Amino acid sequence: MAEEGAQKATGKIKSVVLILSGKGGVGKSTVASQIALELANGGNKVGILDVDLCGPSIPRVLGLEDKDVHQCADGWIPVYADKNEKLAVMSIGFLLRNSKDAVVWRGPKKNAMIKQFLSDVVWGDLDYLIIDTPPGTSDEHITVAENVRGLNLTGAVMVTTPQAVALGDVRREITFCKKVGIPIVGIVENMSGYTCPNCSECTNIFSKGGGEALAQLTQVPFLGCLPLDPKLTMSIEDGKSFTELYSESPTALAIREIIRPLITS
Amino acid sequence: MADVPTNAPIECPGTQSQQAGKVSACNGCANQQLCASGASLPPDPAIEIIKQRLQTVKHKLLILSGKGGVGKSSFTAHLARGLATNEDEDIAILDIDLCGPSIPRIMGVEGHQVFQSMSGWSPVFVEDNLSIMSIGFLLSGPADAVIWRGPKKNGLIKQFLRDVNWGELDYLLIDTPPGTSDEHISIAQYLKGAGVDGAIVITTPQTESQIFPPTTGGGRQMAIDMDVPFIGKIPLDPRIGKCCDEGISYFSEVPDSPATKAYKNIIEEIRKFCASKPANDASEVEN
Repeated sequence: MAEEGAQKATGKIKSVVLILSGKGGVGKSTVASQIALELANGGNKVGILDVDLCGPSIPRVLGLEDKDVHQCADGWIPVYADKNEKLAVMSIGFLLRNSKDAVVWRGPKKNAMIKQFLSDVVWGDLDYLIIDTPPGTSDEHITVAENVRGLNLTGAVMVTTPQAVALGDVRREITFCKKVGIPIVGIVENMSGYTCPNCSECTNIFSKGGGEALAQLTQVPFLGCLPLDPKLTMSIEDGKSFTELYSESPTALAIREIIRPLITS
Repeated sequence: MADVPTNAPIECPGTQSQQAGKVSACNGCANQQLCASGASLPPDPAIEIIKQRLQTVKHKLLILSGKGGVGKSSFTAHLARGLATNEDEDIAILDIDLCGPSIPRIMGVEGHQVFQSMSGWSPVFVEDNLSIMSIGFLLSGPADAVIWRGPKKNGLIKQFLRDVNWGELDYLLIDTPPGTSDEHISIAQYLKGAGVDGAIVITTPQTESQIFPPTTGGGRQMAIDMDVPFIGKIPLDPRIGKCCDEGISYFSEVPDSPATKAYKNIIEEIRKFCASKPANDASEVEN
């Protein structure tokens, strides 16, 4: 049954994109949501699947914290982030009673949940399915890698911050992708420099350029830098689309640059 | 089988069997759920061995955070370096972030090797009174990925606790990966016998920060809400990240920065906490 379900649910998805990073807190969920919003703004039908079961941030990042998932005869109906139903979202956050509930699960239970997410969600026709992952190279990642085989997998976008400590973990994640056969779309360097809103001086709080160097070292395309932008954080907190509000800001331009290879492929 | 109750169904696998509650004979048995939950299983003998092994360790602290990238490893490293300034005390770090071990890099001992002796695995020493164990020392290179599911991770954590020859220690700091999953459940279970002094929870958003704007009231508010002590906050300083990347001590590089002072206060609080030692309590640090 489950196999059949997977076939049914995923046959309509044109492109699956994974958002990965070995390191936590580098902005995977932020990058995933911005990519999804920008793709949806461009007229595509987009889904976001949050497989970070112990720390689901997608509902918060998209301002959907108190929404519920409904069940219909075919499966779970995702939560829509907009009125036109261009952006569908599924996360374990919607299934918890309140935001303080902790999901203290070992691997097998997490794997079963992810399989259910991949097979039982009624996405409808999608142009893109963006899968946001937790940090690491463990149960969630292996399960996703196993279960996206046979789908139209475009590849993985690696998110990193410029510090050497983060780059070390992302390098391991690249090895993971190569081992399990997930193509890599490219590397995004997040939190790359901070422009002070008062004096316009740019400070490289977490240094700069590490992502590009890593891309060269591992021979993976480099997709671009996203600066630390307080406006982005604020628009996320307000649940507004950053790329619409500040469509000409350097950060919005950088986001558009990052999704280019996803559109053309 | 001694663990088969007299009134059990025929073919009962025994309450202490791995199959307890799971075979067809269990269907309909009144105790099926209890057996299946694992409550009837004997405790893992490793818990007792770990207790013996860690008898030479005075204080055990866990460094936790549900979120990644908030500075668990960097805090652990600074706490260790700060505590180690007292030459009469011995400190060790156990890094159980198996998929993303950052401690070796932050402590400047990347590429070092762990040696095995009759008395167990020897940790890597950074200073005379500061030693480290991490999966990073067991990998063949910086690009090597640990692609493991839960059970394998649990096995290695058990080995780290059981087989590392720490010697006499005043503080054992255990750095964890983000989340609330296998590693966390395992470390809590394996240390049941040995006992943990407490957990230090790290979080980020600073209320005064312009870079990560305040949105929830920050760590202090959370500490009040969740009824745990708030033991201090550490400002964002680009030099901390730089020192971590280069594996050198921030305290000796920048001895009189605000962050150094913040660290020293927090370390003092933790010392006091361990000295009073109310078991199984938790504290919080905002980074």
